[in-house]
Amino acid sequence: MTERTLRGKVVIAGIGETEYYKHGQSPDSEFKLALKAILAAAKDAGIDPKDIDGFASYSNDRNDPSRLAAALGTKQLRFSNMQWGGGGGGVAAAVGNAAAAVTSGMANCVVAFRALAQGQFARFGRGTGAPLASGDDAFTIPYGIMSPAQKFVMKVVRFMHDHGVKQDTLRAISMASYHHAQNNPRAVMYGRPLDEAKYDASRWIVEPFHLFDCCLENDGAAAVIIMPADRAKDLPHKASYLMGVAGGSDHRCAAPIHNAPNYASSHFATVAPNLYEMAKMGPKDIGVVQCYENFTGGVLMSLVEHGFCKPDEANDLLRLENLLAPNGKMPLNTSGGNLAECYMHGLELVNEAVRQIRGVSVNQAPRNDTVIVIGGPMVTPVSSLILGSEAAL
Amino acid sequence: MSYLPEGLPAPTAGADGLSTPYWEGTRKEKLVIQFCKGCNHWQWGPEWICHRCNSFDLDWREVQGRGVIYSYQRIWHPVHPALNGHGPYIAALVELPGAGNVRMVGNLIGDPKQHVPIGAPVEAVFEHHNTASPPFTLVHWRLV
Repeated sequence: MTERTLRGKVVIAGIGETEYYKHGQSPDSEFKLALKAILAAAKDAGIDPKDIDGFASYSNDRNDPSRLAAALGTKQLRFSNMQWGGGGGGVAAAVGNAAAAVTSGMANCVVAFRALAQGQFARFGRGTGAPLASGDDAFTIPYGIMSPAQKFVMKVVRFMHDHGVKQDTLRAISMASYHHAQNNPRAVMYGRPLDEAKYDASRWIVEPFHLFDCCLENDGAAAVIIMPADRAKDLPHKASYLMGVAGGSDHRCAAPIHNAPNYASSHFATVAPNLYEMAKMGPKDIGVVQCYENFTGGVLMSLVEHGFCKPDEANDLLRLENLLAPNGKMPLNTSGGNLAECYMHGLELVNEAVRQIRGVSVNQAPRNDTVIVIGGPMVTPVSSLILGSEAAL
Repeated sequence: MSYLPEGLPAPTAGADGLSTPYWEGTRKEKLVIQFCKGCNHWQWGPEWICHRCNSFDLDWREVQGRGVIYSYQRIWHPVHPALNGHGPYIAALVELPGAGNVRMVGNLIGDPKQHVPIGAPVEAVFEHHNTASPPFTLVHWRLV
């Protein structure tokens, strides 16, 4: 039996994004943002956008593939896919679903995309306006637990308690993103650097998250085009191969009212081993890390669960100098990520991973044959992927 | 006086009625959670099936309102209009050793700036909202 894998089967042929905006400042509707990002990705891949025959997204993206296909003049629609559940945790899975469709012959050219206008629609960071809370929400919302930060932070508090992790690690993760954004003209926080004093003085959102530990709320869209690996030679850019992808979560991760057995977790305990198994590599083989910051505490636990540091080494390893390109041991979020480039629900991290492979990042890491993208930690299901250059195959 | 200001969404069992016995129990100052008669284990939060043995034969039984703090959060930034100008406040995740270490969420009564020791024993405090429509009771926790 042939090996069942996506390793090396597809390339990310093109990447695209819109201008990124603070929430409410996009002059374009969310649907128009989606169209712009998809067209940009098609142009980057050097293909006719009408040849895109599949669409994959996540987090209940509102921009329906049939409408997109009609608007774009898609010749035929062959794949229309939504990763079910998990919000930004679905980012790598959406790429994986697109890759699975292309590998299996269900489609030839699939765009994985996310468009989000938190100005046009509801902001993620606000609570509910409903008068009643029912079902599982009834057990948390009346106690004032309603925003994503409030839903996730008790995992981080317990993890830091168990392993003696200091606030300094969260600060270093935040500062790495802000540092990298200062070289990135696309970044919403370009020209707005962060230092230790500014971080320390910033207000608490919920302890231990300061303002700068929390992602932005933005408007924009991003897209990547997935094609069969045998098309790599025809493409205008150095190829970025999908080396592995995995999604899901471990045993009873979604047990109601904070009853997950493995509670103090980013939910990658089973996903990361599955990822490395497909990619046939481990954390030591990874040159650059793009790790979704909903909150810095989620990055901390994701790095641990992907094997980049042991819990008890976090204070020593997660220091700013280690996280910066080009010279750090483990360059992290080299575009500025969700904290400082744009909260494009993690898809901006996939674009940045491709830029690293191509060698064109504004914060280029010297060791760039393999890049990991870790999707929204602490939700369920989560997902992560590894991209590699031809040399990594 | 309630721990948090009035005006937050009120809890309701919802259309499927799954958690009705819990909310009815709180009105009588009883903590009532699920117990599987198929495999004799406690289960929480509420579900239609036992996750261990997949039996649908779930009973509702009273547990003692005693637990230990498993985790907590001190919240400063209001995300609901009812909380504007209020804060900080503390929410605790409490493990119940008397019921198979299931966990419950509530506010931690007392000084909102108090040190919260993970592992410390707590007891349940019932906070009645009798004038709400429909009336309901929240379950908070207090260090003992």
